[in-house]
Amino acid sequence: MAEARGPSIQLRDVWKDFVKRGRRVEALQAIEVAVEVNEFAALLGPSGCGKSTLLNMVAGFDRPTRGEVLVNGVRVERPDPSRAVVFQEPALFPWYTVLDNITFGPKTRGLRPAAYQPRVDALLEQVGLEGFESHYPAELSGGMKQRVGIARVLVMEPQVLLMDEPFGSLDAQTRLVMQELLLSVWERHHQTVLFVTHDVEEALLLADSVSVMTARPGRIKKRISVELPRPRALELTTSAAFNDLKREVLSLIREESRRAAAQSGG
Amino acid sequence: MPRRGPWFVLLPLALLFLWHAAVTRQWVAPGIIPAPSQVAESWYRWIFGAAGTSLSPYSGTWLANVLYSSRRVLQGFLIAAALGIPLGLFIGWNRLVSNLVDPSIQLLRPVPITAWLPFSIAVFGIYDTGALFLIGLGAFYPIVVNTTHGVRDTNLLLLRAARMLGASETTILGKVVFPSALPSIFTGLRLGIGVAWTAVIVAEMIAVKSGLGYVLWDAYYVGRMDICVATMCSVGMLGFLSDRLIHGASRILLRWRALEAHG
Ligand SMILES: Nc1ncnc2c1ncn2[C@@H]1O[C@H](COP(=O)(O)OP(=O)(O)O)[C@@H](O)[C@H]1O
Ligand SMILES: [Mg+2]
Repeated sequence: MAEARGPSIQLRDVWKDFVKRGRRVEALQAIEVAVEVNEFAALLGPSGCGKSTLLNMVAGFDRPTRGEVLVNGVRVERPDPSRAVVFQEPALFPWYTVLDNITFGPKTRGLRPAAYQPRVDALLEQVGLEGFESHYPAELSGGMKQRVGIARVLVMEPQVLLMDEPFGSLDAQTRLVMQELLLSVWERHHQTVLFVTHDVEEALLLADSVSVMTARPGRIKKRISVELPRPRALELTTSAAFNDLKREVLSLIREESRRAAAQSGG
Repeated sequence: MPRRGPWFVLLPLALLFLWHAAVTRQWVAPGIIPAPSQVAESWYRWIFGAAGTSLSPYSGTWLANVLYSSRRVLQGFLIAAALGIPLGLFIGWNRLVSNLVDPSIQLLRPVPITAWLPFSIAVFGIYDTGALFLIGLGAFYPIVVNTTHGVRDTNLLLLRAARMLGASETTILGKVVFPSALPSIFTGLRLGIGVAWTAVIVAEMIAVKSGLGYVLWDAYYVGRMDICVATMCSVGMLGFLSDRLIHGASRILLRWRALEAHG
């Protein structure tokens, strides 16, 4: 985006508490995140550390207790098609066919079929959904559902793509296929991506930077740059450079879990 | 559904035989309960009329009474659906509407429609309007309550998905909340049509002078138990038929859901 100055996604001193049955739960503390335009940023952390909470605030589903969330310099107030979300559960509309799910956004914006049909056709091809247009979500496998979930937001040409463990509920093989698919799709579209995961290899394979989070209350422990060549493919995960980075991240995680254990023990 | 084969006719046949035996062997006092064959014969005459001239007031009047009752049920049911579905959508969707309307509905709902009968006659007189009021009111409650439940059960994730795709609240209500609530709405409609048949019989027995409910009460009065039983069977069949119709409509409209169950 030509008009964007500074980072695409920015969280400034963001805190988030939840009140649950009268008790306050601190989910996030003093979060500072900056994702540059067209950067693929991964957020890595154990489950329950507040990754979804953080992403939901960028999406506009939730507000921070303190601090501010900016996207392209504008404070996030509500959900918007410029900030697309791919959920862990595919969250497709079960009463619509694949095609109707993908065209939901463009139709809602009042676009004419002529305006979006070429993009829909191209996306169906890119994510490998050709021939499945008239299927209902219930007839698709988990991986296919996620492809629809990705296609239906890419068709909106969002500035920012938010992904919350999108491959987390897929089996290992399908996950690998989907990671490569996402890489190839991202090479074409080059949006800013914030990708949440608890899988170290997934984060390193996909992202330009990996922010490692602490256990709850979630803070950003360290941001690691992943300077591996693109375009990337699965074979990258066997390279020496990849394994050096993996070792670095794993030691961070080990250090963090030791600290957490010592804290809850004492 | 697995094929059931012809076995399901066994129990009805056994009951029919038991009924026949109870009458012919006089297990019950004679003259009170008619034999199945007698009911069948009277029912036949009631439908097709008797050969030659007949003095029976029931001869050939079946269809007319079926149409009276069916029309009332249909009208009352459509009114109930036309009011109950939109209202249920708004109660489920909007906190303000819910706080405003829901308590009154919950307060009035326990009053049985039979208890509304004197009120209905006093206000509407012995006309069709009174019957429609009772039928509509009876069918309205299950429709509005189930629609409300369906709306409140809408998956939060689907609402978020729609919002991030840029859908307005109106679009969400029409394209997400309504289809998501549709299975529950159909449950309400099926319960509603059942209540509607109950209400039409009650209303016709007391408040209007036509239809199957009127025939039922009238036949009882003149001691024609055979016609009473034939009427009961007729109402049962019509109730079953209307339920199948709604069920069939739901099967077509909720095709996506059948796939889910088998997938
Ligand atoms: N709506 C909510 N109400 C109360 N607590 C919540 C809510 N959402 C999340 N939490 C709590 O905040 C913490 C972080 O949750 P979440 O962001 O879902 O973690 P993650 O996505 O990293 O697994 C958890 O302890 C969770 O129980
Ligand atoms: Mg999560």
